[in-house]
Amino acid sequence: MSETSMQPYIALAGNPNSGKTTAFNVYTGARQRVGNYPGVTVERKEGTAHHEGSTVHIVDLPGTYSLTAYSEEELVVRRELAERPPQAVINMLDASALERSLYLTVQLLEMGQPLVLALNMIDEARAAGIRIDRHELGQRLGVPVVETVARNGTGLAEALSAALAVEKNREKEGLTISYGSDIDPVLADMQVQIEKAGVATHKYPARWLALKILEGDADVLAEVRKVDSTLAERLAVSCHTVAGHIQKTLKTSPEAVISDYRHGFVRGLLKDGVMTQEDGRDRLAFSDKIDKVLVNAFSGPLIMFAVLYMVFYLTFEVGAYPQGWVEDFFGWLGGIATDAIPPGLLQSLIVSGIIDGLGGILSFVPLILIMFLFIAFLEDTGYMARIAYMVDRIFRSFGLHGSSVMAYITAGGIAGGCAIPGAMATRTLRSPKEKLATLLTLPYFPCGAKLPVFLLLAGVFFPDNEATVMMLMLLAGWSFALLVAWLLRSTIIRGKSTPFVMELPPYRLPTLVSLLVHCWERGWMYIKKAGTVLLAASILIWASMTFPQLDTEKAAPLEAAITDAESALEALAADAPDTLRTEVQANVDTARAILADASLRHSIAGRIGLALEPFTRPIGFDWRTDVALVSGIAAKEAIVSTLGTAYSLGEVDPEESEPLAARLASEPGWSPATALSLMLFVLLYSPCFVALVVIRNEAGGWRWLVFSIVFNTALAYAVSLLAYSVGKSIWS
Amino acid sequence: MQEAKQIIGLREMQVGQKGRIVSVNIDGDLGRRMRDMGLIPGTDIEVIGQAPLRDPVALRLLGITLALRNSEADYISVEV
Repeated sequence: MSETSMQPYIALAGNPNSGKTTAFNVYTGARQRVGNYPGVTVERKEGTAHHEGSTVHIVDLPGTYSLTAYSEEELVVRRELAERPPQAVINMLDASALERSLYLTVQLLEMGQPLVLALNMIDEARAAGIRIDRHELGQRLGVPVVETVARNGTGLAEALSAALAVEKNREKEGLTISYGSDIDPVLADMQVQIEKAGVATHKYPARWLALKILEGDADVLAEVRKVDSTLAERLAVSCHTVAGHIQKTLKTSPEAVISDYRHGFVRGLLKDGVMTQEDGRDRLAFSDKIDKVLVNAFSGPLIMFAVLYMVFYLTFEVGAYPQGWVEDFFGWLGGIATDAIPPGLLQSLIVSGIIDGLGGILSFVPLILIMFLFIAFLEDTGYMARIAYMVDRIFRSFGLHGSSVMAYITAGGIAGGCAIPGAMATRTLRSPKEKLATLLTLPYFPCGAKLPVFLLLAGVFFPDNEATVMMLMLLAGWSFALLVAWLLRSTIIRGKSTPFVMELPPYRLPTLVSLLVHCWERGWMYIKKAGTVLLAASILIWASMTFPQLDTEKAAPLEAAITDAESALEALAADAPDTLRTEVQANVDTARAILADASLRHSIAGRIGLALEPFTRPIGFDWRTDVALVSGIAAKEAIVSTLGTAYSLGEVDPEESEPLAARLASEPGWSPATALSLMLFVLLYSPCFVALVVIRNEAGGWRWLVFSIVFNTALAYAVSLLAYSVGKSIWS
Repeated sequence: MQEAKQIIGLREMQVGQKGRIVSVNIDGDLGRRMRDMGLIPGTDIEVIGQAPLRDPVALRLLGITLALRNSEADYISVEV
């Protein structure tokens, strides 16, 4: 528990798209923190507001339509309200969709929550000809009602004042609604039983508990069973009896009857002029017009591809500049450290282990920030829901959800993406099974760091068909992602698809603050979580390629050879012919390469490579390739450079891999079959460290991290084995 | 002359057609979700569009736009 957890606070509750988070951002500005609720991937957002000279703690509850046990969000809202009762709840309502919004309000009141209603986006409602008698509405529900426009802050201070003024009266019974002659007597009886047993009444009103159990809420029943199992049994029996009766007479369930009466209560609230709608005005007319173009059968998909491509293109093209600056900065820092620290292990640790490692992690931050700026924009405008709507039919066939598309595209569905922001983009997925399947399959796409490997190998072994090879890799990525998703959804994450039923919110322009807050949250989360782990990993990789060091007697002759070659170079007269200079320089390089090769073979990484060689022979890889692939788990960018080191060419810049290409072309162990096998292996095998960490965080368990390493590598091996044997028979 | 009302499945409704829900025959998560979103007997709905692959469809009810799959629409009957 954090130190703020016991302080009085005001909660913000409401439907998704009700402007709740916009209000939260206005209240708290930059004074907010994001965490996770324990055991679930739902975000917990809290912050402080300055209000009339005092500090107020505010919690932004997840957006929900109801308080059933339908989703993690709904459970989280319920538990937070029960276990950490707020001073008051500000319930944000979309004033233009009042009937739908009040369905949650009624449930909050039944829970006995002290409420303030905020009729948000009241300007939009007025423009649409909707008139709301807020005093009468407040009278009927017994709560204060204020009008707000969260995006410009109108009415928010008033709402907060009203919330702080709500008399704290926890013992108050919740709102009582009649659920008809079938339910009411049973409900009353169950309420008495619960009250007598004295179960959890300090947290939830007894009637609310009884109601939830009648609604078939397994979560609430389990909670009662924990405290008093005989009571739970008795309640379950009552519930079963009434369910049988309702099934027989009405051919429906208690849950449906309760929902009907609750909706009926809301409709009753709005009658007699509480809400009136002028004829002929429709606030959705504008959105409908846009939809005529954006989700049209012909222009819809075209525009969607264009938008996704633009997002992708701008992220990676524009992001390349700040990414370059970050890399340059760490390059510069590395240079300074190299000059400041005497050569040796400490210098090597700080420069190669720490600075390069940090540079590698932080260089992704600009990409993540830009990507999430776009994702937040697409989400907040309402377009993201339309994308899910358009592609759902296809994605559903593979056990995925329409909303999976953005994560796939980001991860490399258009070649050159990155699995890290891709995995983070799965946060927009509301359905746990589909989210997991998306997370586990998005590493199969050709991300930006895999591309240099493909470019290098395609250039050397398929020189006339480079573009075709790249295209085939992209298609292979899509095929494997979708097929494996389908496989997972029919085996280990089997289960009915999560209902699609979702709102297509009206198109709105998002506020700049919301966009910036959203993208900063993501960026900071990445720096915090991935940063610590990757830094450790980077040091580990450095150590494994450095230790154990060569014995002095083994290293001495090799070092002497370098010194000799270097002195020969220095001894050259200033006017020596260029050919001679080149030749002597080559001697120095060769001597260094021999030492590097011997050191690598002796190091842990080298030994791992040598130990793996017998297993990777059948797919065409020697120990040097194995070392490169192992380092590729730290970061895929490392594959080409490690391959260069392993082939004794010193550091190879992945962008300019000419010497390595020449070496591979002439190397006897390499053929087009090897290249094909290696490309497919790199496409499919274990995700990199940072991606693994993000997958762990999003999937909520170490077992999915282990699964990603083991399953993906096994799949890669199987595919490469097939490709290598077929390749050998073609290109023998 | 008013046409006689008839009851059909939501899936059979054409884009632009209006009707009133008469029954929602599904329990569990899907049923709960539908009811939470206002898909209950007595609600007036209009089919306002369909996705490019004709599934899911978009409905107008209670002043909002709601999308659902054809397979989900099968549980709902409508009076038109």
